[in-house]
Order: sequence, then C-alpha cells, then structure tokens
Amino acid sequence: MSLSLVLLVTMAVLYACGVYLLLEKSMTRVLLGFLLVGNATNLLILSMTGVAGGAPIADGDGAAATTDPLPQALGLTAIVITFGVSAFLLALIYRSWKLGRPDEVAVDEADVAVRTEGVPEEEIDGDTRAGDSEFADETGGADAVPGGADSDAPSPEEAPR
Amino acid sequence: MIALLLFFALGGVLAPVLVRALGRSAFAVLALIPTAAFVHAAAQLPAVVGGGAVTERVPWIPALDVAISLRLDGLSTVMALIVAGVGALVLLYCARYFAPDAAALGRFAGVLTAFAGAMYGLVVADDMFVLFMFWEATSVLSYLLIAHLAAKATSRRAALQALIVTTLGGLVMFVGLILLRVETGTSSLAGVVDAHPTGPVASVAAVLIVVGVASKSALVPFHFWLPAAMAAPTPVSAYLHAAAMVKVGVYLALRLTPGLGDAVGWRESLLVLGLVTMLLGGLTALRHSDLKLVLAHGTVSQLGFLTAMAVVDTPIAALGAVALLLSHALFKSTLFLTVGVIDHDHGTRDLRKLSGLGRARPVLAVTAALAVLSMAGLPPTLGFVAKETVLTGLIEGSHDDGALVAVLVLVVAGSALTLAYGLRFLWGAFARKPGVAECRVPSRPNPLFVAPPVLLAASGLVLGPLASLIDPVLARAAADANAEGAPDYHLALWHGLEPALGLSALTLVLGVALFALIGRRTREAPGESLAPRLYGGAMHGVDVVAARVTGATQRGSLPFYLAVILVVTVGAVGAALVAAAGQGVISPEIRLADAGIGWAQAGVSVLMIVAAIAAARAQKRFPAVVFVGVTGTGMTALFALQGAPDLALTQLLVETVTLVAIVLVLRRLPARLGDRNGSAYPVARAIIGVAVGVLMAVVAVVAAGARTASPISVDWADLAVTFGHGENVVNVALVDLRGWDTMGELSVLIAAATGVASLVFVRTREDRTSRPGRREQRAALRERRAAAAAAPGWEPGRSAWLLAGRTLGERNRSILLEVVVRLVFHALVVFSVYLLFAGHNAPGGGFAGGLVVGLALAGRYLAGGRDELAAAAPFDAGRVLGLGMIFAAGTAAVPLFLGVDALTSTWFEAEIPVLGHLEFVTSTFFDVGVYLVVIGLALDVLRSLGAEVDRQYEEVGS
Repeated sequence: MSLSLVLLVTMAVLYACGVYLLLEKSMTRVLLGFLLVGNATNLLILSMTGVAGGAPIADGDGAAATTDPLPQALGLTAIVITFGVSAFLLALIYRSWKLGRPDEVAVDEADVAVRTEGVPEEEIDGDTRAGDSEFADETGGADAVPGGADSDAPSPEEAPR
Repeated sequence: MIALLLFFALGGVLAPVLVRALGRSAFAVLALIPTAAFVHAAAQLPAVVGGGAVTERVPWIPALDVAISLRLDGLSTVMALIVAGVGALVLLYCARYFAPDAAALGRFAGVLTAFAGAMYGLVVADDMFVLFMFWEATSVLSYLLIAHLAAKATSRRAALQALIVTTLGGLVMFVGLILLRVETGTSSLAGVVDAHPTGPVASVAAVLIVVGVASKSALVPFHFWLPAAMAAPTPVSAYLHAAAMVKVGVYLALRLTPGLGDAVGWRESLLVLGLVTMLLGGLTALRHSDLKLVLAHGTVSQLGFLTAMAVVDTPIAALGAVALLLSHALFKSTLFLTVGVIDHDHGTRDLRKLSGLGRARPVLAVTAALAVLSMAGLPPTLGFVAKETVLTGLIEGSHDDGALVAVLVLVVAGSALTLAYGLRFLWGAFARKPGVAECRVPSRPNPLFVAPPVLLAASGLVLGPLASLIDPVLARAAADANAEGAPDYHLALWHGLEPALGLSALTLVLGVALFALIGRRTREAPGESLAPRLYGGAMHGVDVVAARVTGATQRGSLPFYLAVILVVTVGAVGAALVAAAGQGVISPEIRLADAGIGWAQAGVSVLMIVAAIAAARAQKRFPAVVFVGVTGTGMTALFALQGAPDLALTQLLVETVTLVAIVLVLRRLPARLGDRNGSAYPVARAIIGVAVGVLMAVVAVVAAGARTASPISVDWADLAVTFGHGENVVNVALVDLRGWDTMGELSVLIAAATGVASLVFVRTREDRTSRPGRREQRAALRERRAAAAAAPGWEPGRSAWLLAGRTLGERNRSILLEVVVRLVFHALVVFSVYLLFAGHNAPGGGFAGGLVVGLALAGRYLAGGRDELAAAAPFDAGRVLGLGMIFAAGTAAVPLFLGVDALTSTWFEAEIPVLGHLEFVTSTFFDVGVYLVVIGLALDVLRSLGAEVDRQYEEVGS
C-alpha cells in the first residue's frame, strides 16, 4: 500500500520537534513535546489507513471506497489516552511548582549521591557476641533467677491471645 | 507422603491462627504433624528393611519429565525419622521455651512447621529438581528463622549471610544437577545412582554439587555462616543447625556417593574438605566462651567428620556414617536444647558467668553429660557404637587404600578435639568455678521444657547397648549409601578387643589431655578468620561495583535517560531497517498526496509544520501552547480529509479541552519558558529529534510496504452490521468488535484521572468548595437577592445568568460569557446525549459525547468560577468514573452469565408510537460507560487543575 508523502513529511517534522522539546528540562516544554509526539503518532496511524476515502459508515449505499476502520479505532483510543496522560503531566507540573520547585525536571539527588559518595562503609561482623543471651532483657543477668520456665504461663485454656 | 507434605503446608499456614487461639501451647499441637510423619516412616520400616522402597509419584512438569516423585528407601527413612522425630520434640520444646507473650510467635510457629515440612520433603524426594526445590525452601525458611529476632542487627546480618552462602551454593549445585540430568538422562536420584556416571561431565557436575553440599553443611570455606546463625533462637539452632538442615549436605553426599563415587573429584574433594573442617571446627570450638558457639563450631567439626565418612569407599564406613548421622542428631540437639534451658532459666550462655549449675540442676547436667559421652564416642552410647564402626571401616579400608591411614590419623585427632571441647562444654556449663557466683535453682523447673533434651539424650544412651535393634535399618541405609551394598558388619556395643577400641582409648587419653591443657582457657573469643573476611570483602565489593555501575548509568537526569533511550532506538531500529533494506524486503510506494484533496492536505500540513517548528522555538508559554494547539487542530482537518469523521470530532474536542486544561495550569506559572536554565545542548537535541523523525518516516514507509495481506478490517463493515448492529464501523469496533481494547483504555483514563486528582488535592479527592444543595442554593439566592435589593442601584427583576455568578469579583466577570454559557450549556448536554446514542450509526459515540459534556462543564467553570462548577456538577468525579467502569465491565460480564462470551452484544427493536421504529443494541451500555468515564476524567481535570488550584491560590493570596 502506498503512503502520502505530505502526511509522511508532516509526521517526521512533528516527531522531530516533539523529541526536541521532550529532551528539554522545562516540564512545560516536555508536555508540549509530548503533545507533538502524540499528534505525530496519530498521523502515523492515520497514514496506515491508506488512500483517503469515504467515512467507514456502513449505511448500505454500497460505497466501496471507505477507509480502513481499524487504524481509526486505534487512533481514537490514542487521542483520548493522550489527553488523559497530558492532564496527568499538567497535574505533575502544577504539583512540582506548588512544592516550590522551578518548572524543570530536577536531577535526582539520590542518584547523584550514589555517584559521588559510593557505598557507606559497613561494619562486618561474624559471630554473635559471646554469651549474648536471648533472655538478657527479661532476666537481667547471670544470677537473676526467674520464677522458672512456666511460672507465669497460663494453661492453654486460659491464655486468650 | 504427599498427604504429609500437605499437612505440613497446612500446619504452616494455620500456625498463626493456632497461636492466636492457644498461645505458645499451639506448638504442642503443631508437633503432632512431624509426629505423624515419624509414625508413618516408622510404619514403613518392615518394608524398607527388606530392601524395598515406598514410592509416590505425581506428574508436575511433564514437558521436562519432572515429577513430584517421592521415595522412602533405607537412607530416606532414617533421615525422615530424624527430621520428623527431632522436629516434633523441638516444637514441643518451643511450647515452653518462648515467653507466653513473645512477639511474632505465630509467624515463627508457621515458619518452623513449614521448615519441618520442607526438610521432610527434601529427604523423601527422589527427583533431583524436587529435592532442589525443597533444598532452596529450607534456605529461605531458615533465613526467616535465623532472623526471628529481627530487631537485632546481628540477627538480620547472620540470616542474610546464611541465605547468601547457602543459596549461592544451591545455585552452583543446581547447575551440577542439570549436568547430571543431561548426562544420565534421568532426574531421579535412584536413576542417577543406577546410571553411575563417570567422565568429565560427571566430574564437573560432582564438583559443582560438592559446592552445594559444602555451603549447606557448613564445610570449609563456607563454614562461617553456621556460627553466625547462632543468632537464631536456640530451638532453631537445635533443629536447623544440629539435626536437620545442615545434615542435608551430608545426606546428599551419602545419597550420591554410590552413583558419583567413581567420578573424579567427588570423593577427593569431600574427603579433604570434611577433614579440614573437622579439625578447624574442633580447634575453634575450644576457644569460645559462649556455650552456643562452642556447640556451633563443634557442629561444624562434626559435619566435616560426617561428610568425610560419607564418601569413604567401604560399606562399614558407610554404616558408621549413617550411625554417626543418627547419633549426632540426637546428642547435638540435646546439647543445644540444654543450652536453651540454661539461657532461659539463668539468663546467660557465657561459661565464664555460669558456676555450680551441675549441683543445682542434676537432671540437666546428667542429660548433657550423656550427650557429650555420645559426642565423644565413649561407651556405652550410640556415639561410641557409631565411632567404633567408622574406625573399623577405616582400618579395614586402609588395607586396600593406604591413603586411609592418613584419614584415620586425622579422624583420631579430630575425635580428641571433640572430646576436649565436649569436656569444655560440660565444665563451662555445670562446673563450679572459683570466683564466680553460683547459679541458683529455678523455683519451678518445668518438666515439659526439660523433657525433649532428656528424651533425646536417653535415646542416645539406650541405643548404644541396643544397637542391634536399629542395625537392620541402618544397614539398609548404608546399603543405599554405598556402591557395594550392605556391610558385612553389625552394630554392637562390644566387638571384642579390636584395633578400633584401642584407637578409642587413645582418643580418650588425648582428648582429656587436650582439655586439661587448653580446655579451660577463657580468653576473649577469637577474631575473624579468613573465610568470613573474604565473604565480607566480597559483599562489599559487590556493593562497590553496584554503586559504580549505578553511578555511571543512573545520572539522575531524565533528559539524559530519554536521550539514551532514543539514541538506542534509532540505532537499533535503524540498523534493523538497513539490514532489511540490504535484503530487498522493503518495497516502498509513495504517492505525493491524495487525489482531489491534495491541495487541502498540503496546505494543512504546511501550517502544521510551521506551527511545530514555532512551538519548538517559542520562548514563552502561551505562544508555545497555541502553536501546539495549531498542530492539533491541523490533525482534525487531516482526519476529516482522510475520511475519519469520528477521529476529527474527537480530536477537535480533545484539543479544546486540553487547551483549557493547559491554560488553567499555565496561568499560575511564569510566562517565560525555562528562563532559569535556558536550553541545554540544543544542537544535540536537534540532531536526536531529526534522527527520530527520519527514523519514524522510514518505519512508516516500511510498515506500509509490509502490509501486503488484506487487512483484518475488510470484513468489519459486514460484521458491524450483522454482529454489532451498527453502521458506524469505528464505533462498533470500539464498543463491540474490539471492546477489550477500549476496556483497557478506560482503565488508563481512570488511572490518569485519579492521578491528576491525587496530585492536586493530595489528601482527598472530594471537592471542598461550597456546594450547596438545590434547596440551600435557592435559599441563598433569595437571601442574596434580598441583600442586593436593599443595595443602591438594584433593578428589580434582573437576575444572575449563572447560579454562582455573584461569587466572582466584578472584575473577573464577563456577562457575555455568562450569557453564552447559560444559553448553550443545556443544549450541549443534550447534544452530548445525542452523540452518545447516534454514535452507533453515525459519527459520534461515548468519547465524543463525554468530551462535549466536559466542554460544557469547562464553560460553566470559566464563566462562573469554581462555585459555578460545583453547582453544575454536584457529584463526585470518582463516582462517575466508577459508575462508568461498572457499566463497561457489566456489559462485558453479563453475557458470561447468559452462557456466551464476554462482551457479546445483542439488540432489541420495537415499534413505538410517536417515535417510530427504534433499535437498541446492548453494546450501547458499554458506550454509556465510556461516556461516563470521559465525563469523570474531564470533571477531575477541571476540578483539580481549575477549582482546586484556584482555591489553593486564593489561600496563599489571602
């Protein structure tokens, strides 16, 4: 199937401008770039319908030359999703602004910290400390004698937990 | 056996519930499960001793010929008895070991029960991969058990270390198992033994499996995780680190020796590693002051001993190894449980702080002494019988193989060390030491608490004189662990004045002397040895490499990542395209434009191109937004020209709503774009942009050239009419033919709407602007009118165009806008409903209809502010979204109940007076769902980015 050169060139320019904007730091420009790339993609889908023709309405008048409805269905979905995502981007821009950040994609400080600081030195120890009792907190030392293992244990029947 | 495994799993799951109901006594109930496994294994003894094996098999992964095949032969039965028996006693012991109010007891009980199940599964599994699965399960569960005291950093670190070491070994072993599977063509352990593989592949497999064995059974150089794992509660140490988990390496060594014995490397490596471990562990045990660590290093030593004996090539040694395995399980868990009692009742495990305990707790002291006797291989215990057998095996074997003499010497040395640290343990725990305050007797010793160790020690004692009772079973197990079959030797306490007895006497003398010389030193615990330092270094190295790699690749800059992704895309896809072009796959057909509409297309395109470039170069926000809007509107024209009215309609509406939303946000931001940082790397960005543009153009050409088959949508026109009962093919495709796509899209929209709302509202989505009900509204209106009527300049009969119009400041009001909105709002809503229902046969549909409502609401908001929006849409956007999704999902689900596929549609038609012939297709419900979701999205956008932003702005302003 053949492609319309006009649509092709327009699509390429929209992609180029969109990507140029997407790579910006300014979040508003990123949004605009996203919109342009969205439009470009819709053009790509549109060019896949092939030769222009009548609307795909099957009203029985026998018009053979309707356009391919499948790319249209996909395109319709794409348009609305682009809207949803740009609304989300807008909210992100607003939120970022509200938090006192300039309108830009900030550099992730945690990532930079990994690069500049490396791994914090960690103490490596093997064995448990000698005589480190599991019950030290309860008994308070070697000579303390608790009331026996079962002194404070209720029988199973009266131990609701 | 499978039923037992299910019981274990069930017990593990239900344990938390049981603990909640019964408290710590739930452990006693849980102990019934391993008891059942014990009884089951014991019941199979007659059949097993006769040389048979009980098998069960359930297909699991037939494609790989892996089945859950379980097999209870002599060796497995002995292991199962140990695992289940000690497991039951340890669970019983737990019922009194923990404080009644101990934290996370439910989880602990569940994990411990599941662990016992995994152990049981491991020893009865016949399939190597099922065994591996249980092997790894024990690693993971032991991680959870060691880290039980999760608040302690040592616990967590020890658990992680044990996990890393054992799973690393497990992975290496897995490779070995796969090699074995490939080499022998079977994944059955019995099959591998029968195949008896030799040769280079078998040797590589053997060495890889040795790594697994060594890591699990704590052999040098992986031995260090076991002492560290003593951070676990003592019952865990008794079960995992004495009786069960650490034994699986020995078990596997015994299991595979008849098969892999002739593969070069198997016996040699295990023998060397085992003996080195035995000596090193024994020496280290003599230097520790924590009773538990004495035992832990002693266990390491014993495991080395066991592994070495497992691969000695004589039937008598195999019998000795199995007997040792059993006696070790009995005496070592006794000793650990004894330490647990001491720790529990006296608050320390440090032998420098304990004194006079032997007199205070004679039962405990005798119990421990019996266990030490067995450990040291002194009569009349099972340990003695086992060690005599091992020594006899070595002596007999040394007639054929001179190297065994060296082994014999090392074993005697190791045994002397064992006796020495055994005495150190007894002395440390129970002796009276000058200068140390004596421990007092606990007021009420608990029989249930002390019973498990007493029982275990007693069986070690009784089985010595009665060794002939268990001889048939252990001989059968030895036959399974040895290529030459059952030994010509029987376990007995007294074999006469044999060379082995002399060696035992020698061991006794040496051991006592060693203890007398160095056994009572109480210096500080030794520092770290080489292996754990290597482990620490390796872990640190991994951290450093991870940080370097992360630092090198994660620059933290989003544009950088994006650029990398795009460059890679261009490079990879471009390369593929060039390669395809080289093969002449691409046959592009390009026409200049479409006939008849070519000029229009060209005109619109030029406009779009100019606008796009202008948008990319714009320095201010609003012009940039408008330029982008021009490209969007151009899209509308192109859609319309191409014959896609639905797309044109939707694009136009979306463009308008998007513009409104952008303006709503941008009015709060500074006018200039990126005035802080300017634009970085414009040339590089332009190059990437152009490259992507060109690439996409080529992709489009290639994709179009590849479309040679007739499209799937050829039949859609007919399908739409016959199936979907609609004439608008695109709409029928959306709501019917490809309804699942739309369902997915609705989910995306709901997620986006929720995201927008939560980003702006932060805490609650609810619109908190004053939203009076109709009645209150009217009352308020009357009040205001009355107030206004009292004011000067009031003209009676003049009312506001909008409900909330008066809440706006005068400067912000536009009467013209109010009038227009007032006039068109209801018309727009009616129009949207028309679009919704007409969409099935003509351009329109749920998307377009919903967007029209969104526009109408936007008009109300722009004209009257946030109060007006609240009055126009007095409902929650989230509910609208949810209702829409219910409609859509309902349309999908209801047909299922009617016995047809999801999303199947049907239609009704009727003659209705006045309206005439009407048709209703059920997929319209789906479109109603779409309509509602789009309205919800638009409402969320307006409410969040409009009304709430206003409110926050006013708050800051006031």
